[in-house]
Amino acid sequence: MLGRSANGIFWMFRYLERAENTARLLDAGTRLALTRGSSAATDEWRSVLVTIGQDQDFAARHDEFTGSAVTNFILRDRENPGSIVNMIENARSSARAVRTGITREVWEATNQCWMTLRDLVHRPVRESTLGEVLSAIRGETQQVRGAMEGSMLRNEIFNFARMGTYIERADNTARILDVKYFVLLPSVALVGSTLDNAQWETVLRSVSGERAYRWLHAGQIDARGIAQFLILDGRFPRSLSFCYEKLRSNMAYLAREYGQESPAHELLRGAGANLHQATISEILEFGLHEFIRNFIGGNQRIAEAIARDYRFSA
Amino acid sequence: MSHSGATMLSNTLSTYDEMYAAGGSTRPAYDGYCEWYSEQDPAWLRRQNEEAERFFRRTGITFNVYGDNAGEERLIPFDMIPRIITAHEWRKLSRGIEQRVRALNAFLHDIYHRQEIVRAGRLPLRLLQGNDTYLPQMAGFTPPGGVYTHIVGIDLVRTGPDEFMVLEDNARTPSGVSYMLENRETMMAMFPELFTQVPVRPVQDYPLRLARSLSACAPATANGSPVIAVLTPGIYNSAYFEHAFLADQMGAELVEGSDLRVVNGRIAMRTTRGFQPIDVLYRRVDDDYLDPLTFNPDSALGVPGIMDVYRAGGIAIANAPGTGIADDKAIYSYMPQIVEFYTGEKPILKNVPTWCCAEPDSLRFVLDNLKELVVKEVHGSGGYGMLIGPTSSRKELADFEKKLRARPENYIAQPTLALSTVPILTKAGLAPRHVDLRPFVLVSPTGIDITPGGLTRVALKKGSLVVNSSQGGGTKDSWVLED
Repeated sequence: MLGRSANGIFWMFRYLERAENTARLLDAGTRLALTRGSSAATDEWRSVLVTIGQDQDFAARHDEFTGSAVTNFILRDRENPGSIVNMIENARSSARAVRTGITREVWEATNQCWMTLRDLVHRPVRESTLGEVLSAIRGETQQVRGAMEGSMLRNEIFNFARMGTYIERADNTARILDVKYFVLLPSVALVGSTLDNAQWETVLRSVSGERAYRWLHAGQIDARGIAQFLILDGRFPRSLSFCYEKLRSNMAYLAREYGQESPAHELLRGAGANLHQATISEILEFGLHEFIRNFIGGNQRIAEAIARDYRFSA
Repeated sequence: MSHSGATMLSNTLSTYDEMYAAGGSTRPAYDGYCEWYSEQDPAWLRRQNEEAERFFRRTGITFNVYGDNAGEERLIPFDMIPRIITAHEWRKLSRGIEQRVRALNAFLHDIYHRQEIVRAGRLPLRLLQGNDTYLPQMAGFTPPGGVYTHIVGIDLVRTGPDEFMVLEDNARTPSGVSYMLENRETMMAMFPELFTQVPVRPVQDYPLRLARSLSACAPATANGSPVIAVLTPGIYNSAYFEHAFLADQMGAELVEGSDLRVVNGRIAMRTTRGFQPIDVLYRRVDDDYLDPLTFNPDSALGVPGIMDVYRAGGIAIANAPGTGIADDKAIYSYMPQIVEFYTGEKPILKNVPTWCCAEPDSLRFVLDNLKELVVKEVHGSGGYGMLIGPTSSRKELADFEKKLRARPENYIAQPTLALSTVPILTKAGLAPRHVDLRPFVLVSPTGIDITPGGLTRVALKKGSLVVNSSQGGGTKDSWVLED
């Protein structure tokens, strides 16, 4: 396949994944903001923007971190390159560029996703319709993933798509943890102290993990357990460990198919070892923040190596 | 679809309707269809029409429009009443098309070699000299398999029961074939039972025939099954959908200029495993942009050095560079002589009478009769920059006259034609609208292959004769009946 097409499909799925995760983050942020006083709500909106790296862009154009300003900036501001509407448009442009590599079903789902979102955010989104918009974003992006699952040949194209998905998802989960790590710290230091349950709920909700976590831990909320869940639990589909196990298998496919490994494989092996051999105690001792920072940097280097090794650009 | 379409208004002329004869009886071509149609609920049919439009939007069958709303994607309106041609009519048409396409290729070979037609005094040399579409880089070179126009779209108009005329030969990169295929697909999805009642010749194997035809034109350097790629200017090109569609249907790679470069004397595409050579490039990029080292140096759409590889026999390019000379509007008026010169036969298909304004007698005639004529730019396309005499105001006529006098060599003129009509479905029922027809023709060393049917373009506005999609035209499914 063309290097440009590999790049296109990889980014198509990065954009879709990021749009979906951003919608989750907004959903969790809204919920927390609703249950807090206005200053805590402001903090929460700021932390949502920090997580997706848009706090400075936002501050340059807005004075106050109100829910309406932040959600509309993230959802539909055309001048915000990271807005969900721009990301979905980028995903669709990528899909158009790799039209010959995807099935009609995948293309139609992507096109439908774009048309639906464009209509939904045509006007500013009010609080009363925010939930509907966010759930449509999640639903439509999942349609694309479902069409992939159900109609695509399991070839290199499919594997590049999945690699984009898992690189992006691992990055997103890590960023959520990184921004919220300060919530974890007191509880780690002071065993038995009262946890900020609502904050915890938000972290879990941002990755749609609240039910899974409760089910696994029988309602026992503790910081160590949550960090362990999001970083190391290979059963949870948005944990770092899960993403890297999938990434490993997608990249192993390429190595088999091409008859050789690339420098990206070497990098991934190193990063994977860091994850799989660590225990949560070691991670907390090393420093959660440092661990996450290292992880995000390593993830970025793997993505760059993939682009180089597989000739994404001239 | 870019290219210049039909001409003017025809209120004063008697128009041939392809479905109904005078007196309201159905013509034989439409017997089977009309029988089916009379049993359908009109409201249901209108709903189906709307459903078809939703289907096109969802599947992204759109084209980008240049100009005011640049970048905006639009649908080409689809009308569900088919345009039907009998087996008998098609036999004659396809003989005429075959003859014309044979002549076009022989003409191209000749003018890039010995120019016998000029020596014989049948074509003025000035039509080649100083003509931008004539590429000196092609002189003395024969493309692989001797084929110049691998894909041709012949635009036909009909003015009577037995009167088909060629309005234009598209010998560069004719577009629209994806609409021919999607229109049929849509009709079969909406009205499956119709196709069991009326025997229609299939068109769906066009991509396969295209791939086969292109493969047969591969250069000698190709080993085994030739690698075909479709070269597109990219996703913002007006015909991008078609480029992707054809590549997809052929199982070929869809490449952009930035994917290609010269590697070991071949044109190769950058794949995830390294550079892979291409044998046949179906390019949807104009000559001028093909090779910045040879043509427009600012082009980012082409491949630096591809002309050197081509001339060394390392790749087949479809269509060959320099074929534009064959569909030049000034050359067009010489087509009857060209057909006769190379085939030794009388032309089966007529030309529309054409006045080249470069000739003083013709210019005088055109200026005297401007109000009756259609005047087109020699290098214009898409229905832009043309004058339709009968529907123009006095000021428009006067303005155009000034342009004509200033650069007469830039214009040709043709009479206003009474294009045939086929009904479209409107809220008030069936209503006649003017149509043209673009059949698609494939040329390879193994022969000339004409897909039965083609693209029917229809002027949706009552009385209008401009069928171009860029000017509000629509399309219809085009049927050729089985014998």
